[in-house]
Amino acid sequence: MNNADRLPKKNLLSLQIDLSKFEKATDEEKAQHETMRESTTFFKDGMRKLRKNPLAMMSLIILAVLVISIIVVPFFYPYSYEQMITVNGKRDKTAKNLAPFTYSKMEQKAIDEGQKIFPHIFGTDELCRDYFIRVVYGARVSLAVGLFASLIVLVIGLVYGSVAGYFGGTVDMVMMRIVDIIYSLPDTLMVVLLSVVLNQILGAKLQGTVLAKLGTNMISLFVVFGVLYWVGMARLVRGQILSIRNNEYVLAARALGAKPGRIIKKHILPNCMSVIFISVALQIPSAIFTESFLSFIGLGVQAPMPSLGSLANAARGGMQSYPYKMVFPAIIICLIVLSFNLLGDGLRDAFDPKLRR
Amino acid sequence: MTAKERLFWMLKYTIKRVLLAIVTVFIISAITFFAMNAIPGGPFAKEKAPDPAVQAALEARFNLDKPVGQQYLIYMNNLFHGDFGISLKTGREISQIISEKFAVSAKLGGMAALCAVVLGLLLGSIAALCRNKWPDRLIIFLTTLFVSVPSFILATILLLVFALQLKWVGVFSTDNPNYVLPVISLMLYPMSYITRLTKSSMLDVLGQDYIRTARAKGVRESLVIAKHALRNALIPVITYVGPMVAGILTGSMVIETVFSIGGLGTEFVRSINNQDYPMIMATTIFLAILMVIATLLSDLVYKLIDPKITFD
Repeated sequence: MNNADRLPKKNLLSLQIDLSKFEKATDEEKAQHETMRESTTFFKDGMRKLRKNPLAMMSLIILAVLVISIIVVPFFYPYSYEQMITVNGKRDKTAKNLAPFTYSKMEQKAIDEGQKIFPHIFGTDELCRDYFIRVVYGARVSLAVGLFASLIVLVIGLVYGSVAGYFGGTVDMVMMRIVDIIYSLPDTLMVVLLSVVLNQILGAKLQGTVLAKLGTNMISLFVVFGVLYWVGMARLVRGQILSIRNNEYVLAARALGAKPGRIIKKHILPNCMSVIFISVALQIPSAIFTESFLSFIGLGVQAPMPSLGSLANAARGGMQSYPYKMVFPAIIICLIVLSFNLLGDGLRDAFDPKLRR
Repeated sequence: MTAKERLFWMLKYTIKRVLLAIVTVFIISAITFFAMNAIPGGPFAKEKAPDPAVQAALEARFNLDKPVGQQYLIYMNNLFHGDFGISLKTGREISQIISEKFAVSAKLGGMAALCAVVLGLLLGSIAALCRNKWPDRLIIFLTTLFVSVPSFILATILLLVFALQLKWVGVFSTDNPNYVLPVISLMLYPMSYITRLTKSSMLDVLGQDYIRTARAKGVRESLVIAKHALRNALIPVITYVGPMVAGILTGSMVIETVFSIGGLGTEFVRSINNQDYPMIMATTIFLAILMVIATLLSDLVYKLIDPKITFD
């Protein structure tokens, strides 16, 4: 290779042997022949594609920062989300509706006396509570609602869809008619109705249990999701399973005597996982939307506990005087929903087998 | 498949879907009836300590003293005779209330749906035709943003900025109904969705062989887009339009509240809070029927116009 200059120059038609072609291969060249390309798994390949998508990566970073900050901030933040601001142990009634980074009269006096007071980054609300920590807790609640609701949808939809898709025939027919009917329920009406009903019924029954701490509104929200929103997921899973079920490797597994449960678990589910996870990622923003909608009509999380939706809704009244109270939770909701949407789109581009080339 | 066979399948499919729709409406009515009766208290329980005799008389008048199952049968029987009953709170004929409130909701929802479809198709086609250029990027950026804001926040911000700060448009009031802002805030979400849907389906169609054939034949580009591309790209959009119309009609309660427009959505929430049983039932059934019809129609149109659909 590298000693071509040492050989005499070849004539155009001469039969003289080119010695450079008979040199021993170096180790590097041998290695090159062994693997043309490093073998990748489906997951690694998808991750590589995802990493190349700037929008998806940015939303992943934003989400990570948000999640870390809403977990960490309450540990060292000096104010709590449910208590009035106190100065030297006294309630500070002047700290009402402060603009961001301003101090009340009492606090100003304490600062003049040489005390250090943590600034109100987002100001305070009408009950003299620090607004920043309320937004942080609100984001916590909204994200938790989104994640749990999607998890409920995922579990119910997965089980139902895989049973219907795998067994097929009459079972499938009956199960899918049920899905069709639930699917065509007017969801806004049903959400409102069920939340009101469940609130009233569950309120009495939950008293004294662990669940009561979560608040009946929250529980009924999850129940509503468990009752109404799993159908989309069930349809998706069933469709996936129907298309995978006819593959040869499933036939082979069945011929070897594998039980249905094992075939579903080992052969079918791993193959449709990517599509399902993408749909879960896109389900989270819709759950956050539903929660904020319920907060809007007064069926959201219980009073001292904030959610982003209820904060924004509470801010509507004083919108002209205190626009920042609307703006902060609105921006956080937008960031969360936008990030999940973009991440979901990115995941689809990276992992959906139908879009792969 | 011959035309006759096709017609036969179509008929069979339609009958199946209509039956399913009827069953759905029945199930919705049953769920609603039993759910609302499960709420403790009743429509007359909230009044300040009524005379027990008066309350008993009222309950007997509206059949509330009978078992729930029997009440349901009585209600459905009345409904089949075209009697929605009267509101327990206001004492007015419910059919009258609904037609009055629905006129407002339908006007608002109809305008919003129309704008959403027209603008969505337009923006989606522009985005697909200018792929990866600045109009595409701008449209996709804006539509992604619009689907990420809850409608009540969007409506409030629009109201604050355009009506109260800039004073470009008037605020909605009964004497001076200005539908501009409510319609915009109601249509932005479905419009964005239709835009994205149109873009992806348009891109899909533009890559097909028949588009190349049409261009090779020398068909004018505007005609290729309008006749060959857009028509085929419409198909997936149609399936979305039915549920969208229903969603706009039932989901307008948020916008109605923000702009204080007295429509059907507001009426529904109020009737639930008042436990006004006949009113809850009537609104739910009315909206459910609308929704089922809208979905049914869009599915049927979809099956009719898509040549690739097989009936099985």
